[in-house]
Amino acid sequence: MSFLSYLIRGISLGSVYSIIALGYTMVYGIAKMLNFAHGDIIMIGGYVIFTIMSTIGLPPFVAVLVGIVLCTLLGVTIERIAYKPLRSASSLAVLITAIGVSYFLQNFALLIFGADAKSFTSVIKLSPLELAGGKLTISGETLVTIPLCIIIMVFLSVFVKKTKVGRGMIAVSENKEAAILMGVNVNRTIAITFAIGSALAAVASALMFSAYPALSTTSGAMPGIKAFVAAVFGGIGSIPGAMIGGILLGIIEILSRAYISSQLADAIVFLVLILVLLVKPTGILGKKIQEKV
Amino acid sequence: MLEIKNLQVYYGLIQAIKDVSFKVNEGEVIALIGANGAGKTTILHTITGLLPAKNGEVVYEGKDLLKIPAHEIISHGIAHVPEGRQVFSQLTVYENLLMGAYTRKDKDEIEESLVNIYKRFPRLEERKGQYAGTLSGGEQQMLAMGRALMSKPRIVLMDEPSMGLSPILVEEVFDIIESIRKSGTTVLLVEQNAKKALSIADRGYVLETGNIVLEGSASSLLNDESVKKAYLGE
Repeated sequence: MSFLSYLIRGISLGSVYSIIALGYTMVYGIAKMLNFAHGDIIMIGGYVIFTIMSTIGLPPFVAVLVGIVLCTLLGVTIERIAYKPLRSASSLAVLITAIGVSYFLQNFALLIFGADAKSFTSVIKLSPLELAGGKLTISGETLVTIPLCIIIMVFLSVFVKKTKVGRGMIAVSENKEAAILMGVNVNRTIAITFAIGSALAAVASALMFSAYPALSTTSGAMPGIKAFVAAVFGGIGSIPGAMIGGILLGIIEILSRAYISSQLADAIVFLVLILVLLVKPTGILGKKIQEKV
Repeated sequence: MLEIKNLQVYYGLIQAIKDVSFKVNEGEVIALIGANGAGKTTILHTITGLLPAKNGEVVYEGKDLLKIPAHEIISHGIAHVPEGRQVFSQLTVYENLLMGAYTRKDKDEIEESLVNIYKRFPRLEERKGQYAGTLSGGEQQMLAMGRALMSKPRIVLMDEPSMGLSPILVEEVFDIIESIRKSGTTVLLVEQNAKKALSIADRGYVLETGNIVLEGSASSLLNDESVKKAYLGE
């Protein structure tokens, strides 16, 4: 029974990674850049939600909503100020800028919220579910996280495939020039992508800090990097890939922590990434569309 | 309808278009011929805003196209069928056609255009649910043309539509260009296949390393000794 409970916790953690990875993978697919500041948006989201709930005392629902709105604005603003002027610069310049933005956000948070770690109060008030006569307990956080992750995934897939904006996104990600010729506004499409990714980061931060309450200015960095691994693992640029990569990563992490060593769990996660990339460099669902010429 | 005046375009320090002026009148098919690297594609890219011009003017119905952002050009009635087709391989044939109508808001009329495109290209209707990346080269060319027509253009710029196609398909592509003209749409055609291009064009311009060296009616160009020697292989 304990294996099953670990597995469920793994899927739950993996769902959070998936939601973060979606932001990475969509931005990469459309703007062809790795937004290394993505993890820090999660951290900012965590502080915003924490402040509204614990300091101001508003209900969790309001706090999460404000968190989503502020993170969306933050993501779009970062894109506008830091990345947009570099649209035709080398990808190395963009990458270094993203790392700079990441450090900026961490130090900005340090200045505003202070250096001492905060203990996040869970936004989820659902009581745990006890199964098999109390042998298997599923936390309220897990009960919300997994279904929410599935809903987001289905919603995003439908959005990308069935709406005009979504098709514009696919067009820009595949062939920017041809997309422009069709009348797609590339700058606006990139801004929309950042908005979606950052809103998802806020959702992920509410879920993650509810399950793992330690909140400090660097607590977005590690989940950010792991979600990036998940995105690469599943095949960067692919929405279902981010989902599968995230969930597998969560399961591997929790099972290694439970059965191998909690110190080595992170190392094992990255080892698995290296192995997957050695065997299949494009990731599990990496795009390799057949193209006849 | 479209007038290019003293156009100069650079790639970095290299001047690709030195001083090009030409005119396209409504209802015409204009052939822009020349060897590889003469600057034909560069001119089309400058017209649709994918490349910036250093000097000169691109005037379309009184509007200065050089001042209009690239993604807004298509809504002015100018469609561009790019070299190498550039269909969206991860979208289906049907979705590619919808991309052509991206800037249009008239839902019923888009549906009507779609019916017309399927009538003109029955193969596209047969394959409407298929991913564009799985189509043959000829089918992709049909899709690229159909996609451009979905924007209801008044002028279509075509970049090497016959490139890489078998002789039968080349024939088919030029038949389609003729039918596009018959339906009242102006065509600016860039081709390496000078003979075919001039055989359906009204007028033509010969481009050599960034300059127009010869211009005239298509029939006079077809009979010009220097054109025959350089481009028609006679």
